[in-house]
Amino acid sequence: MKGSSRLVAFLGIIVIMAGVFAWTTPGLVKDIKLGLDLKGGFEVLYEASPLEGGEAVTPESLKRTAKSLEDRIDSRGIAEPEITTEGTNRIRVKLAGVMDEDEVRDMLKKPVNLTFRNPQGETVLTGTDFVQNGAEVVRDQLGSPMITIKLKDAKKFEEVTTKLIGQKMSIYLDEEMLSDPMVNYAIPGGSAQISGNYTMEEAKKLRDTINLGALPLKLTEKYTQSVGAKLGEQSLHQTVEAGIIGSAIVLVFLVILFRVPGVVAGITVISYVWLLLLVFKLMNATLTLPGIAAFVLGVGMAVDANIIMYERIKEEIRSGKSLLSSLKAGSKNSLRTIMDANITNIIASVVLYVIGNGAIRGFALTMIFSILVSIVTNIFFSRFLIHLLIRSNVFKKPSYYGVKEEEIRAL
Amino acid sequence: MHYNERFHTKIRFDFIKHQKKFFGASIALVIIGILSLIFFQMNFGVDFKAGTNMDIELGKTITQAEAKAELAELGYEGVDTTVGGSNNSRLSVRFDDVLEQAKVTEILTGLKAKYGDTVSAETNVVSPDMAQELGKKTIYAIIIASIAIMLYVMIRFEWRFAVAANIAILYDAFVVIALFSIFRLEVNLPFIAAVLTTIGYSINDKIVIFDRIRENLRFSKQKNKEQLAELVNASLWQTMARNIYTVLTVLIVAACLYLFGSESIKLFALAKLIGLASGAYSSVCIASPLWLMLHGNGKKQRKTVKTPAAS
Repeated sequence: MKGSSRLVAFLGIIVIMAGVFAWTTPGLVKDIKLGLDLKGGFEVLYEASPLEGGEAVTPESLKRTAKSLEDRIDSRGIAEPEITTEGTNRIRVKLAGVMDEDEVRDMLKKPVNLTFRNPQGETVLTGTDFVQNGAEVVRDQLGSPMITIKLKDAKKFEEVTTKLIGQKMSIYLDEEMLSDPMVNYAIPGGSAQISGNYTMEEAKKLRDTINLGALPLKLTEKYTQSVGAKLGEQSLHQTVEAGIIGSAIVLVFLVILFRVPGVVAGITVISYVWLLLLVFKLMNATLTLPGIAAFVLGVGMAVDANIIMYERIKEEIRSGKSLLSSLKAGSKNSLRTIMDANITNIIASVVLYVIGNGAIRGFALTMIFSILVSIVTNIFFSRFLIHLLIRSNVFKKPSYYGVKEEEIRAL
Repeated sequence: MHYNERFHTKIRFDFIKHQKKFFGASIALVIIGILSLIFFQMNFGVDFKAGTNMDIELGKTITQAEAKAELAELGYEGVDTTVGGSNNSRLSVRFDDVLEQAKVTEILTGLKAKYGDTVSAETNVVSPDMAQELGKKTIYAIIIASIAIMLYVMIRFEWRFAVAANIAILYDAFVVIALFSIFRLEVNLPFIAAVLTTIGYSINDKIVIFDRIRENLRFSKQKNKEQLAELVNASLWQTMARNIYTVLTVLIVAACLYLFGSESIKLFALAKLIGLASGAYSSVCIASPLWLMLHGNGKKQRKTVKTPAAS
């Protein structure tokens, strides 16, 4: 390739990249999933323990509890819930963009254990005795709504009611008494009714609650984080703005210090930002507030690779070598140092990812992505571009590289 | 300032000659830090201490006294409040108790009644056992990360470089911790992220300098300790520009995060700023003279050169 065609290739790449970036970036930015600290929402870490007389905490019952939480969340139409089990007895729930936090949190925690109790307060029938999704709303003779529930074992219900003839049988949802009808005769047929002067709406709500079923385990909130939507939005704007200001200063700084290679560094930093956004989208990763901080710090760290290489090239030029051999020696000698820096940072980030929770994991993950992306853009891509430029033979004067003529020694 | 012919470098300041001052200053800072940790400990935030933390953006200016009165009215006497943010509209409240959701809502409703619907809050509630667990995990994390990075440096360099570099990075991490203790700045999980990444990042300058020392060792013979000191000084000055520039770019973005970023990221940015500054200082003024000291005690010096050097 001739010199001039290299320059054309260089300019062509820049123009195409600028076009692609300008065209795709708005879409990328819009598609990136924001964490609840930026969008508003809440995160709860639950610890599970056995319900009184219930089953033990096993991986299986923990999973069913998580599934049960998911059903409850789905029933309210909340988008993209994140529910994960952690360790042996924990469930983490993350919900972004929830308006009625109090209500949702109450709903999640509620065991929803339906029990029938005798006048002595002893439980005679419990959640597992009822058919799942068996509750229905019907109207009684007077037309007021009531709820019927089906029992798995009609015989058992008959026996229980036989024993209770002439007494009250109380129906409890958790510790709340729904009704306490008098049992006048043994009830056959395996169907029980709950009536209590409900409106149609109340009756439907109660039916849905019962149908969602009981949580297999008891949940206690161990850690909660909740962020107001306005506050999240404010954090997002302020921090992104800070990042843009910082990156702009760094770009100006690079061009002033390194001239032509500084411009190349600027291009690679912009492609770093674009590529990192793309990685976030493709991995469907969630951007958190500390994540943005890592993103922004990443800009400052990504250019380090360029700086170490350019300073080395400058030094080689000063020692009297030709531009091309300075470039070769400079890139070769600086590569190991640059990789060292990246590896130590990855070590720290991986450890952080392992211990961290929510937002800090977001930070560590962003850090790891950002290091990997910067290896691509600020080492390999940057080298490719600077090779094209130097070999184009257009920028020959040492001053283009920030080296003064009088600093150059004869070999 | 003089021009060193042997290494073709301008030596503007003799770091080795003044090493005692640097060591003295750093040791003094470490002692003050240790005393501060013993007597004042860290100002642990909700992540490590359990309880409830509310960060409330009011949308209107509030004073410390007003905030206290407001909370007293809602039934919370003597809680820790801090007012901050641009135009003092940001209120941070620490409760030692794990507040129930209903109580948190009550407080917010109370504030909304007074300040309007612009009130928006971040609430963190951490139970004591979680806080304890996180504290333990954090200590493990710092130990594991330090050991892993140390091992890496050990593999990359001979032991004197590794020891000198590791002392310097641990010093950097300690400076961040000590200053946060001395100035009573709140320590939460993001602070740990700042300390850990300080360890990861501050090793970089040291590697750049040690690589250069090693390269210079390879290409020149040192007859005595003075010449070796000269070599270290020359190596420091040869790498000075890139070390300053690389730290400066990260400092610029960290400073922007501190100045313009959201309230909840400010302390993290501050910890990063301290770590970066300390890292730049310790690479030049601690790690390099320390290597020379360790080297002086060794027998054969030219054996230190194992592999071809890089920048």
